[in-house]
Amino acid sequence: MTADPEAVVAGESHIQGRSLSQIAWSRLRRDKVALTGAVFIVFLVLLAVFAPLVTRVWGGEPNAYHQDLVNPALGGIPYGAWGGMSWEHPMGVETVNGRDIFSRVVYGARISLLIAILATALSVVIGTTVGVISGFFGGWVDAVLSRLMDVFLAFPLLVFAIALSGVMPDQAFGLSGLRLDLTLLIFIIGFFSWPYLGRIVRGQTISLREREYVEAARSLGARWPYILRTELLPNLLAPILVYATLIIPTNILFEAALSFLGVGVPPPTASWGGMLADAVKFYTVPHFMFWPGLAIFLTVLSFNLLGDGLRDAFDPKSSR
Amino acid sequence: MILYIIRRLLAAVGLVVVLSMITFAIFYLMPRLAGASPETLATRYVGRSSTGATVEQRAESLGFYDPVPVQYWNWLKGVLFGTDVSTGADTVRCPAPCLGYSFKTQDPVLPEILDRLPVSFSLAIGAAVIWLVLGVSIGVLSALKRGSFFDRAAMTLALAGVSLPIFWTGLLALSIFSYQLGWTPPGGSYTPFSESPLDWAFALLLPWVTLALLFSAQYARLTRAGMLETMSEDYIRTARAKGLPERTVVAKHGLRGALTPIVTIFGLDFGLLIGSAVLTESVFGLPGLGALAVDSTRNNDLPMVLGVVLLVAVFVAVANLVVDLLYAVIDPRVRTR
Repeated sequence: MTADPEAVVAGESHIQGRSLSQIAWSRLRRDKVALTGAVFIVFLVLLAVFAPLVTRVWGGEPNAYHQDLVNPALGGIPYGAWGGMSWEHPMGVETVNGRDIFSRVVYGARISLLIAILATALSVVIGTTVGVISGFFGGWVDAVLSRLMDVFLAFPLLVFAIALSGVMPDQAFGLSGLRLDLTLLIFIIGFFSWPYLGRIVRGQTISLREREYVEAARSLGARWPYILRTELLPNLLAPILVYATLIIPTNILFEAALSFLGVGVPPPTASWGGMLADAVKFYTVPHFMFWPGLAIFLTVLSFNLLGDGLRDAFDPKSSR
Repeated sequence: MILYIIRRLLAAVGLVVVLSMITFAIFYLMPRLAGASPETLATRYVGRSSTGATVEQRAESLGFYDPVPVQYWNWLKGVLFGTDVSTGADTVRCPAPCLGYSFKTQDPVLPEILDRLPVSFSLAIGAAVIWLVLGVSIGVLSALKRGSFFDRAAMTLALAGVSLPIFWTGLLALSIFSYQLGWTPPGGSYTPFSESPLDWAFALLLPWVTLALLFSAQYARLTRAGMLETMSEDYIRTARAKGLPERTVVAKHGLRGALTPIVTIFGLDFGLLIGSAVLTESVFGLPGLGALAVDSTRNNDLPMVLGVVLLVAVFVAVANLVVDLLYAVIDPRVRTR
């Protein structure tokens, strides 16, 4: 018997982890609704990545004005039905400026996904760290961090985010212009969306902390960094994955809301929220506000469908 | 029970203090850390063609030369005991809950906020009634008929509902019902309840429904999940075994247990909504607190933003307090603890 205690413990958790994800995967494969969401997300990501190629066929430059396509006599309403829909401009053109809506929606997907995913990554890092520390150490650390999460959840987030983007200078961290604005947006959104995940990770950690295999590792002399890394984190991956998928849509809505209010992505860079803000002035031409809103809706819905499917797939109690 | 209430009260006061500190830090500390001097801050609040001396004078009168904790303490003193404010020639007494004077208009903050409060409150209360009734009843029905066509349709709709950006649905609703069909009044119309309750409800109908749509979807999902959990509890089986009619089992035993988490979230949502229905207010042009907060932020009107945030914090804290006390009424299990 040359059983290395670490190997036994690590091997056991390894087998368990794989079998759970196998069960989850087989469940997810049967969940047609969640798969539809996943397919749309993949489609959108491809669209965003290949935006320059796609818009070469339809739409053209996102910031190019097509004033020949709008009717100045009617206050800049596009010529033709449905906001000037045609083969070159599949979603029509903007009122007054005549910028192509399809091309702006495609480029908007880039900004939207970039900000939402990076902000989610940030909130996952903060939320997991705070949640694990809070749940693992308990006592006054837990009390302080739990209060902190309560305070964050009681924040009028939107007002704060607006305030923060208002007080920020034009140049900071060696960045300026669009880069600085996007970085700040990612930080603001990520910074305000972690408490939800933090609470879930804390709860999970507390229930995992008392499991027999953690007890076993501890009695074999493992110290807390080892237990954290080898026993807890692998088991936290599933809930983190699920809730990260569910934070992305909230962050997409958050970014769109900030851009809509004029404190998000600065014009002329195309963003869905910014397009809606432009469209407000032309409420008599609903097609202008229709497309960017639909893009937000479908993207958020897809992530929600996928996230819900993942949660059901990973939930051992789920009977579906 | 009294000890419980006192503890919750202290927690509520603590929440308000912490929120006000964080807000203060964001507005007064962040610009300093980012490298702005008191003078550059003060230039925002003087005329364009002002000299260095006026800027310094303004910075002095706004207290920008003091360290940030001192500025916070002065602000807090004003809130608790009132303060004297010099407006150039004469000095004005600002009584006890003094939230300061607007940097932009020089008017006191509190009356402006109290002026906007009824609008925000009207918006929140009407929407809350709709979404509670709609959300909870759909959630209960869905849970009871789990797996049925109704359940699947309702939950699909609810998921679509939580995915809708409110500024889009609001705009579309306004565009269709106000401008194309002319059924509802245009954006920006608001009649105080005291003038004409009918006009008040009519003008707010579209914002209510738009806001409620989003929240009912969320509440339907929550209620369904909660009901599914409580209906499988042992005490439900006991209630059924006692021979109680199914209606009593669902309403008095099932729903009661499922309501606790919903009431918690409702307290938070309602408190927050009063000060941060920013998007709805901006889409429908309602002159509420959220709109005030956004406008003030754009104008760098710090005392105004601080005032709104403080008020929202108070609302959230009070709502949480009421919720904590309601627990005991709703859930018999809390009472015995």
